[in-house]
Amino acid sequence: MMRFSALLFRSGSSLRRCVSKPSYYHTDKVAVTIGTDAERNSPEFKDNYSHMSQLVTELRSNIGKVAAGGGEIATKRHKERGKLLARERIDLLLDPGSPFLEFSQLAAHDLYPNEHVPAAGIITGIGRVHGTECVIVANDATVKGGTYYPVTVKKHLRAQEVAQQNNLPCIYLVDSGGANLPRQADVFPDKEHFGRIFFNQANMSSNGISQVAVVLGICTAGGAYIPAMADESIIVKQQGTIFLAGPPLVKAATGEEVSAEDLGGADLHCTTSGVTDHYALDDKHAIHLARRVISNLNRNKKPQIASPPEDPLFPADDLYGIVGGNLKKTFDVREVIARIVDGSKFDEFKARYADTLVTGFASIYGYPVGIIGNNGVLFSESALKGAHFVELCCQRKIPLLFLQNITGFMVGRDAEAGGIAKNGAKMVTAVACANVPKLTLLIGGSYGAGNYGMCGRAYSPRFLYMWPNSRISVMGGEQAAGVMAQITRDQMIRNKKEWSQEAETKLKTPIVKKYEEEGSPYYSSARLWDDGVIDPMDTRRVLGMSLSAAMNVPISDTKFGIFRM
Amino acid sequence: MLTLLKYIGGRVWNRPSDFVKLRWHHCGQVEKISKVLIANRGEIACRVMKTAKKMGIQTVAVYSDADADSMHVDMADEAVRIGVAASGESYLRQDRIIEAAKRCGAQAIHPGYGFLSENAEFAELCHDSGIIFVGPPPSAIRDMGIKSTSKSIMSAAGVPVIEGYHGDDQSDSNLLSEAEKIGFPVMIKAVRGGGGKGMRIAQTKEDFLPQLESARREAQKAFGDQVMLVEKFVSEPRHVEVQVFGDKHGNYVYLFERDCSVQRRHQKVIEEAPAPGLTWEERKSIGEAAVKAARAVNYVGAGTVEFVLGAKDHKFYFMEMNTRLQVEHPVSEMITGTDLVQWQLQVAAGEPLPVTQEQLQVNGHSLEARIYAEEPGADFMPGAGPLIRMTTPPARPDVRVETGVRQGDEVSVHYDPMIAKLVVWAENRQAAIIKLKEQLSQFNVVGLNTNIDFLMSLCSHKEFLAGNVHTNFIPEHQATLFPERSLTSSLIAQATVAALLTERAQLQYLRNDPYDPFSATDSFRLGHNPTWEKELSYLDKPLKVKWTERSNGVFTVDLDGQTVEISGVLVKSPNGETFLKSHINGKMNKCRVERVDGEIYIFTKECSYCFKEPEPSYANVGGAGLGAGGGAVAPMPGVIEKVLVKDGDVVEAGAPLVVMIAMKMEYVIRSPKAGKIERVLYAAGDNVKKNAPVVKMEESQE
Repeated sequence: MMRFSALLFRSGSSLRRCVSKPSYYHTDKVAVTIGTDAERNSPEFKDNYSHMSQLVTELRSNIGKVAAGGGEIATKRHKERGKLLARERIDLLLDPGSPFLEFSQLAAHDLYPNEHVPAAGIITGIGRVHGTECVIVANDATVKGGTYYPVTVKKHLRAQEVAQQNNLPCIYLVDSGGANLPRQADVFPDKEHFGRIFFNQANMSSNGISQVAVVLGICTAGGAYIPAMADESIIVKQQGTIFLAGPPLVKAATGEEVSAEDLGGADLHCTTSGVTDHYALDDKHAIHLARRVISNLNRNKKPQIASPPEDPLFPADDLYGIVGGNLKKTFDVREVIARIVDGSKFDEFKARYADTLVTGFASIYGYPVGIIGNNGVLFSESALKGAHFVELCCQRKIPLLFLQNITGFMVGRDAEAGGIAKNGAKMVTAVACANVPKLTLLIGGSYGAGNYGMCGRAYSPRFLYMWPNSRISVMGGEQAAGVMAQITRDQMIRNKKEWSQEAETKLKTPIVKKYEEEGSPYYSSARLWDDGVIDPMDTRRVLGMSLSAAMNVPISDTKFGIFRM
Repeated sequence: MLTLLKYIGGRVWNRPSDFVKLRWHHCGQVEKISKVLIANRGEIACRVMKTAKKMGIQTVAVYSDADADSMHVDMADEAVRIGVAASGESYLRQDRIIEAAKRCGAQAIHPGYGFLSENAEFAELCHDSGIIFVGPPPSAIRDMGIKSTSKSIMSAAGVPVIEGYHGDDQSDSNLLSEAEKIGFPVMIKAVRGGGGKGMRIAQTKEDFLPQLESARREAQKAFGDQVMLVEKFVSEPRHVEVQVFGDKHGNYVYLFERDCSVQRRHQKVIEEAPAPGLTWEERKSIGEAAVKAARAVNYVGAGTVEFVLGAKDHKFYFMEMNTRLQVEHPVSEMITGTDLVQWQLQVAAGEPLPVTQEQLQVNGHSLEARIYAEEPGADFMPGAGPLIRMTTPPARPDVRVETGVRQGDEVSVHYDPMIAKLVVWAENRQAAIIKLKEQLSQFNVVGLNTNIDFLMSLCSHKEFLAGNVHTNFIPEHQATLFPERSLTSSLIAQATVAALLTERAQLQYLRNDPYDPFSATDSFRLGHNPTWEKELSYLDKPLKVKWTERSNGVFTVDLDGQTVEISGVLVKSPNGETFLKSHINGKMNKCRVERVDGEIYIFTKECSYCFKEPEPSYANVGGAGLGAGGGAVAPMPGVIEKVLVKDGDVVEAGAPLVVMIAMKMEYVIRSPKAGKIERVLYAAGDNVKKNAPVVKMEESQE
């Protein structure tokens, strides 16, 4: 009988089966593994599991709708012109079979009243093109003609920020009518508006981050600068056009009558104006040329993994049953870590000290990572432990992963007297200044200053993801309603007025409802407070890809600010 | 002794029988052969060298420029260049071959088959140069080489012959009247011919002269002689031939008969021994007739006496004698446990035959399939080209793979397009056919069309299995031998998965870090499982397949609403072959797959399939931009014989542009449309590839 050896790697998880295990010094083999077998038959586990499954099903259904783009009619019209859909273009651009780490799929979700703007009309993400990880930004012309809504601009800029922070070449698949004119005030003038796109292109180019534009449709006015500012640009004949003013505006301004093709078509720009460098026959050809351009960037990412990755010891779907959908139920963050990191190995730091914050070293897909996870409210000593651990990681150039499930810092007289403010500040200082790649994942609540200490969006983590069960707000809805009710009642008492239970409920209900709505991951993702809501089962992969992307730039030294002692 | 023979049946290579050694110890007047030159190329050169090496005889190869890197050169101890590619300037250059033998000190020349193997002048030249010609004496070649002479000798010796005109009056009118005397249909054959070259059938009187002309032209090209004979054409005859052997001491044996009835283009495609359906008496009587024939010309060495055998009455008539080792000699070796090349060398050295007739027995059954570069679907048009991939079943005692090419070699337009011979042995005919088919399924070629699928189809054919063979077998069973292949949804699913997985595997060079999560190959997308389209085509029929990949590596493949769940993985066998192992509905399927650029080949146990991905719209951008110009292209690889137009000529649609020669046949390439010739792209003598445009037509002003 023939013996066969596996030839093709099926997925990240089966990669390492083909690799012979390295040999270890025998006592080092005694791994520090964490986690326990889940009680899969317990009612609590089942309850949690079904709740989370439901949230994930809802998430996938929403993302499925987003992936369908701008609807049947627009899709049909788009294809009839011989054009590929934005996602088809990306699929063709990527190395066959390779993964795509898409960002903010829920951008603009329920954001604009009575308008369905899936993915904010722009698809962004990181994927491999000819072996090189690139940031891809693709306009979806089936969504409102690919015009830029305010959140579209934000998403475009966020993709550029990812590229800039992680030293990733940018490929712009341009097919957009430019700024959404009715919303020009929220799109055009401000610092983080349309103009910033070109500012970023110029500055990234100056830093050696290649900018490649593929003109697959119209590029009018400001949009014209995307190919013009690119290092190399490609245009499709009789389909791509670039001009500062389109035919109607030209006619209005000068009376000149000219067709779009004559005004700014591929022939003009490749032969006369020199605005574009490469002439493509159609979408597929243009994508092919873009792959050629990337192949000539002369980039070579060196393998950086010290030890071959290992699967966690426990199945990923346990996370559903452990975490569930009810934030009031507590769980041990170590059980989550055990289902994310290589071999469920976790070298915990200060395990017996300040146990509401879990810190320790592990690796994900072979990349070393320092993990900080919440196991309750943050006390002074938790903050000190966290700050210490951040210092260790920065000193050693180890990326940080924050697993947020935090109601906040401890309150009360004892806490204040113990210096919770200055100790919290130490942790916030450490996190803010840490120059290692930071990844943040919201696995539960993210409230108040806890969000800051645990590297919320304002602390510029390289990537920030949410689970569908998570919540984010300045405090919980009930707490907020309680605070508001307390203030009102005090006012009433000062004014010697009666305040009925009924009136109090009337005050509290809308507050709770508002917080509930605004704390939802959909609300957050629609506004780009995060980079995406992910299925907990995909966590390891998403974090692995994020770490891999972050490794495209060397880790620099950290200089901390003054720690208040 | 009988048991011993049985034991060695099928183990021809490694176990020369003990009694063979025994007899050779008692011989006298032996001329020593310690170095032999093989005046041939390809599989037969390799075949001879194998035996020579086994006997401790050194080998000298000769080669043309086209064969400088070929297998037979690599196998030889020494090799001498004898000229350019065209065989007239190399393998047929007697002077250079003799010179080479002298230079290397070879005492003998083995001519193989074809080329100079039946050339009496060459045999004489060897003799005159003091070199042993491994073959019969020149007189025997001459007697048997001219068919009319051979027939009269046979007639005189009492061997039954077929009626015909073998005279010297070669005028059209005489040949026609002789043909009328014999009665149509008649066969027109070149007197010097062989291998189907210079042979035509005239069904009617009107047919006769054009066929005669055609036969003469081909004979002139192939043998430099156009003398024709005319004889009765026997419809549905069987081609049965007897392997005979004689030594220099007047001993003769026959090694039984072979049936080579199944032919296309009058060339053999499958041969077997013994012939199915013959009784022992018939076998003995045809064998003895063959020995009689050999004795009549004082034959020495290996020879084959060909007979026409009536399919019903089993009456046989002498056709001709081939004074050389035949392509299909291995089947006789397999059933008799002999090594005929060893016999040839030993007999040439003057030793007597190692066995007597009584010691020879038929043991089991053997079949040989000839694997050709050709297109069975297009009337077996010969092909040529690179063997981009070639894998053969592993050789074993009962399976021989005789080939002169390896993966990466080119089947040259200059020589015979045979790639290999696959020879099997089994206890009986039925078992041998089953084995042959199984072994054929392991013979996989990518890069050019072969007849392997056809051979497998032949092996499954009811009439072939029943032994009802005759020379008209292929045309008669045309419909059932070329079954319409319908693609099952399971096969399409496998093809789709094979296309996807081989494409991913191709990109291995871009994944320098296998652990990197971006190096994964499961098309991971966040939060959704997209349905993708894969465009494939099979025999130019487009297939639009939809597929999704689930996270656990299972694919759903959908063609026109027929959905198949399939999980597949590519696995590599220890010798580097890639297999797709897939599960569909709980059934595991394993087939070999190969991808060459946009073509995905699937080799099953029944046949092979080639699925093509669409050529990118931009594939020809940036090249010379020489489109096919509407079809003025070479139909196959070949050599330009004559250019009939020049730059600037204005031609009508259908006007002849270029004459090319491919596989020794003429093809006229005609203009696909009226227009002006912008440029003629080839000159006489140039090699041209398949589908290459021969002229560039000016773009019409449409």
